[in-house]
Amino acid sequence: MKIVVCVKQVPDTKGGVKFNPDGTLDRGAMLTIMNPDDKAGLEAALRLKDQYGAEVTVVTMGLPKAEEVLREAMAMGADKGILVTDRVLGGADTWATSQTLAGAIRNLEYDLIITGRQAIDGDTAQVGPQISEHLGIPVISYAQKIQIEGDSVIVERQYDDRYHVLKAKMPCLITALAELNEPRYMTPGGIFDAYNAEITVWGRANLVDVEDSNLGLKGSPTQIAKASDKVRKGAGEKVVLDPTESVEYIIDKLKAKHVI
Amino acid sequence: MDFMLTKQHEMARTLFKEFAEKEVKPLAQEVDETEVFPRGTVEKMAKAGFLGIPVPKEYGGQGCDPLTYAMCVEELSKVCGTTGVIVSAHTSLCCDPIMTYGTEEQKQKYLVPLAKGEKLGAFGLTEPGAGTDAQGQQTKAVLEGDEWVLNGSKIFITNGKEADVYVIFAVTGVVTDKKGRSKKMISAFIVEKGTPGFTFGTKEKKMGIRGSSTYELIFTDCRIPKENLLGQEGKGFGIAMHTLDGGRIGIASQALGLAEGALERTIEYVKERKQFGRAIGAFQNTQFQLADMATKVQAAQLLVYKAAVAKATQKVYSVEAAMAKLYAAEVAMEVTTKAVQLHGGYGYIREYDVERMMRDAKITEIYEGTSEVQRMVISGSLLK
Repeated sequence: MKIVVCVKQVPDTKGGVKFNPDGTLDRGAMLTIMNPDDKAGLEAALRLKDQYGAEVTVVTMGLPKAEEVLREAMAMGADKGILVTDRVLGGADTWATSQTLAGAIRNLEYDLIITGRQAIDGDTAQVGPQISEHLGIPVISYAQKIQIEGDSVIVERQYDDRYHVLKAKMPCLITALAELNEPRYMTPGGIFDAYNAEITVWGRANLVDVEDSNLGLKGSPTQIAKASDKVRKGAGEKVVLDPTESVEYIIDKLKAKHVI
Repeated sequence: MDFMLTKQHEMARTLFKEFAEKEVKPLAQEVDETEVFPRGTVEKMAKAGFLGIPVPKEYGGQGCDPLTYAMCVEELSKVCGTTGVIVSAHTSLCCDPIMTYGTEEQKQKYLVPLAKGEKLGAFGLTEPGAGTDAQGQQTKAVLEGDEWVLNGSKIFITNGKEADVYVIFAVTGVVTDKKGRSKKMISAFIVEKGTPGFTFGTKEKKMGIRGSSTYELIFTDCRIPKENLLGQEGKGFGIAMHTLDGGRIGIASQALGLAEGALERTIEYVKERKQFGRAIGAFQNTQFQLADMATKVQAAQLLVYKAAVAKATQKVYSVEAAMAKLYAAEVAMEVTTKAVQLHGGYGYIREYDVERMMRDAKITEIYEGTSEVQRMVISGSLLK
């Protein structure tokens, strides 16, 4: 079985968020991690590899520095890493990103594509389903459990207060939730192997069946009007009173703010 | 000369740090308080490959260099000194001598499961009358047919009751040297837990590293197969000393981690603790103390990393290891003591990590060669 996992290097929210003047994220200036949903997707692929035997190829689109996230994936046990990087791909929204990734994946053989549900920087949950649309394969989103049966996958899809069990013939695409599993740690030896391994680097020229008009900032229908960091709330008020007085104090405050 | 770590080492540090924060730190206080060996953590470390970092892949290890191993012990010890020494004793004192002196059969039988973390290792050299004076061994081994028969006891053994495989030293004969003085011939052996005649004595109640299992090992007509002799007969003292050179890098890394951990906690604390209307970090006394602590920690790190690199690149690295251990241990004691002082009354309370770190740090000046022994090794090389 051949599995392609799409991962994204995202800002580590612990390190603070920085923006370019045009409102897009200044990715070069931020500490980064592997997007948590993607990491769960990778872990799911590695478990399928452990269970059934599979070749796991990890694909990412990003700055040259996004190579790190591929090395991390390989240190966890992925077999190959492909970095799609090109200046003309910069500033892409979900449409242009999914076009790019689909264009890259058209070069590969696959039975299963796994992406994270959504990235913690954009939170759109669009890229995975869009890739499946471009490639003309079924998608099962929000997977909380994945099993293989013959040439099909059986997936538990999370849904509000219940889950759905869906079966689809491969090839298909699955989007994974962080709750799907507890990703394994890299191994120390895996890290050194990952740095000795070759990472495949692809640019615009390697993308198959994609129009220029669908790539990069120019190919992105989304226009960012304004972006900003979270506005910090002011420090809370701390009052030390006995319980009865506290209740009165809180009720007065809530009344003053017209909450009650 | 380049002081930059490679990207591989940086990523390995990220891994060790993440593991330590997530799996080890939440248990550190409980492990200290209850004195219960963190078996669950050891199993997780085994799965993550932390129990065979410098062992070649063909023997079940990770095939990394000693620097990667040192960084692992350092990061674990930043949050828990107990966990740091479990890895250090297992790797440096049990895997390493079998890797260096073991036969192919011994490596397959013992090193492979040790490096995979399926088994845990320990090392027994110290006896009631033979601490720094390792030549004062009383434990004896006599060859009877196809078996060595061990009699005697070992004390203060790290991973004592929790280990599965033990490297044990015993006297196998006495020779007279050229000057007519009698000298004990010491040999090394591999002993498995469960061997008839091998039992455990009392569990030591310690000041620090309290979750580490420290036991007396007792050998009463303990018969082990002849082929469990490690290295050549009579060469055990050299094996012990060479093993301790490596072990000192492990303990130096533990000491370094403790100092770094205490410094980190203190930096956080002085920013928050207010006295006289401002954070105590705003006082110059605090600032200067922190500056001294950080400078010494950095110097210790350079010595420890240099010794780890020397282990990979030099045949003999005794002096580098001794300097690293001497300095890192003394820095650990000094920095953790200052950390407690800067925490004031809270630093004396067990709820605060620095209290534990100060107790944990003391042992690094004592075990695997006291600071005095390290000074003997260093000065010996200067005056030879």
